Amino acid sequence: MRLRRAGLALALASCGDAEPRLVSETQIVGDAIPSPLSEASAIAARGKTVFMDREGGHCVLCHAIEGLEAEFQGNVGPDLSAVGERLSPGQLRLRIVDYQIVRPGTLMPSYYRIHDLYQVGEEYQDQPILTAIEVEDLVAYLSERR
Amino acid sequence: MMRWVFASGLVFVAGCMSEADNPDSAIIAKEDLQSGFSFLTAETQRLQTDEFENPAYLWVDRGADLFTHSTDASPACASCHKDGLVGVAAQYPKFHESSGELLNLEGRINQCRTEHQGQAPWAYESDELLSITAYVAEQSKGMPIDIEVSEAMQPYVDKGRDYFLTRRGQFNLSCQQCHTENWGTQLRGDTISQGHGNGFPAYRLEWQLIGSLQRRLRDCDTGVRAEPLPYGDPTYLAVELYLATRANGLEIETPAVRR
Ligand code: HEC
Ligand code: HEC
Repeated sequence: MRLRRAGLALALASCGDAEPRLVSETQIVGDAIPSPLSEASAIAARGKTVFMDREGGHCVLCHAIEGLEAEFQGNVGPDLSAVGERLSPGQLRLRIVDYQIVRPGTLMPSYYRIHDLYQVGEEYQDQPILTAIEVEDLVAYLSERR
Repeated sequence: MMRWVFASGLVFVAGCMSEADNPDSAIIAKEDLQSGFSFLTAETQRLQTDEFENPAYLWVDRGADLFTHSTDASPACASCHKDGLVGVAAQYPKFHESSGELLNLEGRINQCRTEHQGQAPWAYESDELLSITAYVAEQSKGMPIDIEVSEAMQPYVDKGRDYFLTRRGQFNLSCQQCHTENWGTQLRGDTISQGHGNGFPAYRLEWQLIGSLQRRLRDCDTGVRAEPLPYGDPTYLAVELYLATRANGLEIETPAVRR
């Protein structure tokens, strides 16, 4: 039991509020983030690259999109071939930024978040997986999937 | 299941801690237990089952050599273990009640090396340690993992379970989310298995080498962009123990072949 408690203390200590929230509560409306994270204009074609590339979002690890020229697309997450019909740009944005805001137990990683993470690899500390503009490019690309 | 995921997630966020207080959520029912073998392609399965093709047997053979012939003045392992070590690997990691020490198979082998052979311990992932561990574990091939958890051992099991259930890394994922909640699904070219250690040391095509269970754990941690723990870290030992209790009854498959 002593060990268990020690582990817990460790977890608490490392889950500090030191890291800022990249998206403030006022930007969240229901299950969406209606406004873009970046002023720069989003480009869907770039979003497609982010979706496929290992160095980008590598979303194909878990999701498939029909007709995408990537082999072995994953199915841990839902098929996104028609996700633009189901979800608005604001809803897509929130799900990419930090789906855990609305579904805390979700497997979907939070791509634009640096707070409340634990044991993050040294080279990844204090940086989100994707930049604001990469998220916007993805939103543009996925909005067109309909 | 979805509902449970949601509820436990709430607990996690609220307390900013692991989900370890949810009883038995990581345990897979006996009738559903499946070795990583069943998630391999037929080709990789064949590579494992054909002892002449299975590349891991190179290490098993080298291990047999090391076991029977001492390369220095110290007595060979075989001089004490005349009848071999059949069944031993099925009970590892093992907790020694007297010393309060938790040892995996590698640790036990190194203990013999230092205490009975007067030699320096072999390093993790050294050819020698991998070979002899594979050789010893292979003698339990086909035998069910058999770990009995005593009261004194329970804290170590809990610690391993805690690690299994804790989300970590930039991807913020736990072992549980992949290996209990999503086994059988595709993570690109990989079919996620139930995450059992019954095949280790195993030959991984990606490594082009045989590797320890801890090397596999480091790969999974690195995969979610978490800082992996050092080899031999007590927490990884506890995780190994937890995995073994979680896989109780599953047959030892060492030396397995994996993608
Ligand atoms: C490790 C697995 C994993 C990765 C990697 C991943 N996702 Fe997901 N994603 C999921 C899962 C699982 C869900 C379903 C979540 C749920 O319902 O709780 C999901 C849900 C979604 C949804 C909502 C779909 C719907 O129909 O409601 C969108 C949009 C999405 N993901 C986009 C992305 C994008 C874009 C990326 C890459 C930048 C990505 N995902 C990477 C696992 C993943
Ligand atoms: C993002 C998903 C993911 C996470 C998180 C993850 N793993 Fe894995 N794990 C995999 C994949 C993919 C493989 C390779 C295919 C397989 O055997 O499951 C694997 C393989 C394994 C294996 C080898 C299984 C075999 O039969 O060879 C073990 C053991 C294991 N994982 C344990 C763990 C533990 C313990 C953790 C947490 C410290 C963990 N995994 C976290 C995806 C994951």
